[in-house]
Amino acid sequence: MITLLEARGITKRFGGLTALSDVSLTIRKGEVYGLIGPNGAGKTTFFNVLTGAYVPDGGELVFNGTELPTGKPHKVVEAGIARTFQNIRLFRDMTALENVMAGHHIRSRANPFSILLQTRQAKEEERLITERAYELLRYVGIERFADTVSKNLSYGDQRRLEIARALATEPQLLALDEPAAGMNATETAKLRELVQTIRHDGVTVLLIEHDVKLVMGLCDRLAVLDFGKKIAEDVPAEVQKNDAVISAYLGGHGTHKTGAAA
Amino acid sequence: MNELALAIPWLGKRNPAAARGVVILLAFAAPLIAMLFGKTWVRILDFAMLYVMLAIGLNLVVGFAGLLDLGYIAFYAVGAYTFAFLASPQFELHLPFWLVLPLGAGCAALAGIILGLPTLRLRGDYLAIVTLGFGEIVRIFLNNLNQPINITNGPQGINMIDPLVLFGWDVSKPLKIGEEITVNSLFQYYYIFLAFVALSVVLVQRLQVSRVGRAWAAIRDDELAAKAIGINTRNMKLLAFSLGATFGGVSGGLFAAFQGFVSPESFSLMESIAVLTMIVFGGMGNLAGVIVGALALTALPEVLRYVAIPVQQALFDKVILDPEVLRMLLLSLAMIFMMLLRPAGLIPAYSRYSRPELVVGKEAGK
Repeated sequence: MITLLEARGITKRFGGLTALSDVSLTIRKGEVYGLIGPNGAGKTTFFNVLTGAYVPDGGELVFNGTELPTGKPHKVVEAGIARTFQNIRLFRDMTALENVMAGHHIRSRANPFSILLQTRQAKEEERLITERAYELLRYVGIERFADTVSKNLSYGDQRRLEIARALATEPQLLALDEPAAGMNATETAKLRELVQTIRHDGVTVLLIEHDVKLVMGLCDRLAVLDFGKKIAEDVPAEVQKNDAVISAYLGGHGTHKTGAAA
Repeated sequence: MNELALAIPWLGKRNPAAARGVVILLAFAAPLIAMLFGKTWVRILDFAMLYVMLAIGLNLVVGFAGLLDLGYIAFYAVGAYTFAFLASPQFELHLPFWLVLPLGAGCAALAGIILGLPTLRLRGDYLAIVTLGFGEIVRIFLNNLNQPINITNGPQGINMIDPLVLFGWDVSKPLKIGEEITVNSLFQYYYIFLAFVALSVVLVQRLQVSRVGRAWAAIRDDELAAKAIGINTRNMKLLAFSLGATFGGVSGGLFAAFQGFVSPESFSLMESIAVLTMIVFGGMGNLAGVIVGALALTALPEVLRYVAIPVQQALFDKVILDPEVLRMLLLSLAMIFMMLLRPAGLIPAYSRYSRPELVVGKEAGK
């Protein structure tokens, strides 16, 4: 298996608090990789470091064999990493279609001059962007809401739209921050299908999730964070048996049985 | 072209073609109608066109990119003074119009970037405060740069600025067509300004429905998310500032040529606020809205000036309310009612990239 992303010794401190301490992990091309851990374990901080929102205090990220720039979100997206947010962040006053079209920004080239002159190239690009945006809405199953202003979409559809927008940046690695949060069982099941389709279509997925059932069923491999440290990295079946993981989740020393039940 | 139809919403929704025709007809006939009430009104129309350009430019910054700019008039000043420096006896320079105007626009764009760079991290109120300061700094510079070396001629301003001369056609002189008809310079200026406004509308509309317009809207709605989809927010904000400023600069250059005189007092904070009021009143983010807003709010004080005094004298035999007081009163009332009844402005902005029928209609309309 080819390594897509390698994190080496990532450390991030906020004042006296060490949110991430020497976290190293490897994501392989084509897999669904889960990142789990109790609240405050540093999952979202890792996400923010990965996507350039935070500058790490130590360590480096290697993506596709080249080092990722830190603290420059748009460069990270250009390199091929897209993300969604834990608390959905859509462009609220834009329609679903516009949201996805905006997602194409980094992969389109029209500049102010070609736009003002409406060159053939600019027009053609605009047509392609529109077409591709419709395709992506169809892909996540909300094509019928293309003209709906995004703040009026249902919660589940907003999640899907955010994923479509992230996919519009043509990523190699799609990072989902708790995509199932607040979803009911049906919505979660549909989400699982969507993630599987995305993976099937060749995009590697990094998943932060609280829903243990979803993670165990969906992920090829998992890393578990606790208090900013990686305490395990393995296939789900092994992680479930890991003593450190069980104690992190249940406090104290749990038995294998209770651990597996989670 | 659909923007035009929207300027009269009730007709525009039912019959866009007819509405468009009415708007174009009105635009061409406006100075003739105004002439019925006297030459002064044609002059007011000319100024209204300049304000429309300012409103279009400011709307690009505030309405599209969501960057609240309270010092926008500074770019108008930069454009006007550049024109005054390069085409007046001040430095004994008399460069041609087609060279001076782009230079003025360029200087304004540069000023936009100079304002944009240090304010990139600011949003909302904080940005408003800095831009407000910027506007005042420019005005104070203009007011005081008459010593040690006289550059701006201080509070007296610069006089005898060259009129608009386009390839031998002096717009400031009456134009003779045949033997009978002479076209007053005010009319000539009107149609030239109208051409500039029309061009601005086309250009801004193209920007809005494009990769750049979407990036601006994204930054306006959620800057963090905009970064997360790969938008270089720094460059896009600078682009908004500089393009918005360009419109201000062009408008300022035209103002200098039209007026023949510039002085710092034309570029006070109240002017910035006036332009902002126009776009808030008309409908922020909507081209048709800001144009209607600019026209309405330029006309209001003038109408009051010519109507309020005679009416009061006829009714009460004396002037009870000064037109200036009345203007502020009516403007405030208008704003209060707007906020209550139509918080998004007279003609609110709507989402549009997603409406293929509009885009298709636009292509067909050309």
